Amino acid sequence: MPMSGHHDRHHDHDHSELSETQLRVRALETVLTEKGYVDPAALDLLIETYEKKVGPRNGAHVVAKAWVDPSYRARLFKDATPAIAELGYAGRQGEHIVALENTPNQHNMVVCTLCSCYPWPVLGLPPVWYKSAPYRSRVVADPRAVLAEFGVTLPAETKIRVWDSTSEIRYLVIPMRPAGTEGWSEDQLAELVTRDSMIGTGLPNRPEN
Amino acid sequence: MNGAHDLGGMHGFGPVEPEPDEPVFHAAWEKRAFALTLAMATPGGWNIDMSRFARENRPPAEYLAMSYYQVWFAALETMLKQRALVADDEIAAGHSLHAPKKVARTRSRSRSSR
Repeated sequence: MPMSGHHDRHHDHDHSELSETQLRVRALETVLTEKGYVDPAALDLLIETYEKKVGPRNGAHVVAKAWVDPSYRARLFKDATPAIAELGYAGRQGEHIVALENTPNQHNMVVCTLCSCYPWPVLGLPPVWYKSAPYRSRVVADPRAVLAEFGVTLPAETKIRVWDSTSEIRYLVIPMRPAGTEGWSEDQLAELVTRDSMIGTGLPNRPEN
Repeated sequence: MNGAHDLGGMHGFGPVEPEPDEPVFHAAWEKRAFALTLAMATPGGWNIDMSRFARENRPPAEYLAMSYYQVWFAALETMLKQRALVADDEIAAGHSLHAPKKVARTRSRSRSSR
């Protein structure tokens, strides 16, 4: 690279660090491409997949089906990975998924204290807060306070169970079906299912909203 | 292994700050670092445990000061250099300076419908 960028580095510390990372990533991609190890078009496709195709709408489909179809629900809680694959969701970071049932007695929350393990095929890539030190450190010690930071308060008698993910086992929370949705179709119900409700840091939207 | 990544139960990190309408990536380089890490797993011959180790076996002060994808990218460089797939002079030059090694190929994108 020419040294023209050097002069700018003295001004904005954060900005220049970002630019340095940016330049370093670009340099590495060029080296790996020139060596024939990667194809930039294949990288574009990977990015597009995780930006546009694989995301929490997949998980919402699973949850809505579990709400309307008792036999699907039974299969999901018996062995979630094949039940999720029935709907076409499988692959990277979803090789072994466990579905967790929220009930009036127990609310489930998911974390990866060591890293960022997350069920990609049904939720996509994790948000920054899920990967960050505040969530990873605190949710195992004080889940009710963390829930409050997400605006959720549960009845005192509801137990909270926190599940620590590993690189092998990833969890999908199946929230309780909101009251007032009798007769709703699977697609309508899926609209109520938020990403956070499948991590356990939120609840599904209410039908009146 | 233990280390700075083992955060469960630690105090002092402050409140959780969810970002409304958060994008999947926060900068163009994050997308490339993410995709390069995934795409290089087969030619690099590493699995998830090896890449986790490369990310977490980092001096604690560094680990805590870096952003998520900065950790990913640093681990990618480490793993590539350990396997002699890339050398420091090449990263500095931004070009391949040495002959490539023979590596396993990832699936070609031509199999995809797009």
